[in-house]
Amino acid sequence: MKRLGIAEALREGIRQEMARDERVFCIGEDIAIPGGWGGAFTVTLGLEKDFPDRMLNTPIAENGFMGIACGAAMMGLRPIADVQYSDFLFCAMDQVCNNVAKMRYMSGGKAKVPMVIRAPVGVTGRGSQHAQNMETFFMPLQGVRIACPATAYDALGILRTAVRSDDPIMIFEHKLLYGSKGARAESGAFDASSDIPDEDYTVPIGKAVVRKEGKDITIIGTLLMMHRALQAAEQLEKQGISAEVIDPRWLVPFDLETVRKSVRKTGAVMTVEESAKQGGIGAEIVATIVEEMSDDLKAPPIRLAAPNTVVPFAPPMEKFYIPQVEDIVDAAKKLLN
Amino acid sequence: MSDNKYSLEFLLEMYRKMVLIRQFEDRVKFLFLEGIMPGTIHQCQGQEASAVGVCMALNEDDVITSTHRPHGHAIAKGVSIQSMMDELFGKITGCCKGKGGSMHIGDLDKGMIPAVAIVGGNIPLATGAALAFKMRKEKRVAVSFMGDGATNEGAFHEAVNMGAIWNLPVLYVVENNLYGASTPVGMVVRTKNISDRAAIYDIPGVTVDGNDPIAVYEAAQEAVARARRGEGPTLLELMTYRITGHSRRDPALYQPKDEKQRAKENEPIGRFRKYLVGNDLTSADVLDKIDAEIEEEIEKVVVQAQKAADPKPEDALEDMFVESI
Ligand SMILES: Cc1ncc(C[n+]2csc(CCOP(=O)(O)OP(=O)(O)O)c2C)c(N)n1
Ligand SMILES: [Mg+2]
Repeated sequence: MKRLGIAEALREGIRQEMARDERVFCIGEDIAIPGGWGGAFTVTLGLEKDFPDRMLNTPIAENGFMGIACGAAMMGLRPIADVQYSDFLFCAMDQVCNNVAKMRYMSGGKAKVPMVIRAPVGVTGRGSQHAQNMETFFMPLQGVRIACPATAYDALGILRTAVRSDDPIMIFEHKLLYGSKGARAESGAFDASSDIPDEDYTVPIGKAVVRKEGKDITIIGTLLMMHRALQAAEQLEKQGISAEVIDPRWLVPFDLETVRKSVRKTGAVMTVEESAKQGGIGAEIVATIVEEMSDDLKAPPIRLAAPNTVVPFAPPMEKFYIPQVEDIVDAAKKLLN
Repeated sequence: MSDNKYSLEFLLEMYRKMVLIRQFEDRVKFLFLEGIMPGTIHQCQGQEASAVGVCMALNEDDVITSTHRPHGHAIAKGVSIQSMMDELFGKITGCCKGKGGSMHIGDLDKGMIPAVAIVGGNIPLATGAALAFKMRKEKRVAVSFMGDGATNEGAFHEAVNMGAIWNLPVLYVVENNLYGASTPVGMVVRTKNISDRAAIYDIPGVTVDGNDPIAVYEAAQEAVARARRGEGPTLLELMTYRITGHSRRDPALYQPKDEKQRAKENEPIGRFRKYLVGNDLTSADVLDKIDAEIEEEIEKVVVQAQKAADPKPEDALEDMFVESI
């Protein structure tokens, strides 16, 4: 058992998977430069010492290296491809959406794309183009699975699952949860470290976890919003409201059963997300809940999200953009009234 | 550097602009490291000559696009340093009303499209600006600044090819500072020079000492003249070095010590001072006085920026569309 942050847990996981299976390799920008940072947030720091031939530093060419990873995966390797900020996935959209996601289907089930894509998300004082929670943009995409680990325990378990899966899996990680150290430390970081067991555990695909039990309202959120929901639940508790917090961990496939069990109990549900409300993750989850569980609902669900605007830079506007703990508390109370 | 070709006034203007950029950047770095300034920064200490040399070859109504490292380009193109400092502090009086921040500095009134922080993303924009100039038969020119790393993006190749086939009045200015983030250029580019890539698009490609503002100015002037004559784009590679970290608190441990040392000795401002004083074009006192004036100017700018008003939180909802429905 040891205590690790998310960046360390992912590094440990990648190291173990690469040692266990020589088909695994990493590909991305600045991931393994001596004297460098180990990617934008230190996840791959120092791995080039252990695996000099399997840490591929690419040119700045996201569409190209994502397609190259896809090609290599179809030939039987198991790439872990990462972009420095999830916003740069837009540059790789063609390869991810047209090839990574569709090769198996288009081949009538013959091709396999055992590939992992990692991408940091979150609004962190960098302005509009280094801020987007890109998991939202992949919700309608058919053919990839989407994970959002909020703790170091989950990050490591999900990474193992993803590397061992024969299908493409995207892992969205939060900049403020990494626990990156040194020059790459983030201001406003949130401690998401966990006690990591020594055994080789995994986090199963599509399994949510109840982070806090409660009986009055169900709050669903991933990544940073999950942690904020937990903080809000604590405050609600003091005000006599018992909130249950669900961390889906996987957006695709989504664990509707865990949500159903909770909503049966609480009859009230809200989602929290860090990107714009329009066409967001909450829209998908809430629509599904309304379709499937309307009989259990005592009140219309609430989607708490960022407003429908572009991510701004200035701190007061940025704070307004990101749902805060107080916003979650207020929305929960409003829903229950 | 050629003697007597330029008036002292011109040379001192060149010097003044480079020092303005250097001092602006040094001050911003201090404010940032002290935790007084929000956000993240990418700075251009050591690369001042390229911004200044190129922009001095442009007219006011010419247009530039820039990158995640845009402060020097903005100052050289004439964006007010007050509006930039205000923007870096996230103030409503900033050149982007606090919406952009460091990586999106720009002011269309001064001929600078807001900087693009997606590497390579600004190159098609400059090409498109040039297309507009050509279609409207205007004698204006567009410049895309970019780093060495950006020339590996598909956007670079797609845009340069279209600039070439349509003979657009555009300059592709590559500031080759030997690194894309932490990655040495030699690891990701096979050709000796990045300017060699011009040949496959059949446009001129030139490599110039990017720490010599006069050499940069002359190369830019020639490329600009060509573009204005309707003869199409030029790929200008300016050899330089970033004598600060890539971003934030980067200690740049991937840069070899002796290389860093040589780069410090070769940085453009010290070199230009030596040139001006060594050739008796001016005295160290005159240059020191310019330095002191700029220091005072920047001090005032910082004080005013810190006093400026913050945007209201709800201002986040404004400025998305032209028409309100
Ligand atoms: C599409 C995209 N990929 C990656 C990044 C992250 N990133 C920011 S700057 C940079 C290096 C850019 O190198 P270069 O073009 O040489 O410019 P320099 O930083 O040296 O000025 C990288 C990889 C980005 N901003 N956009
Ligand atoms: Mg560079």
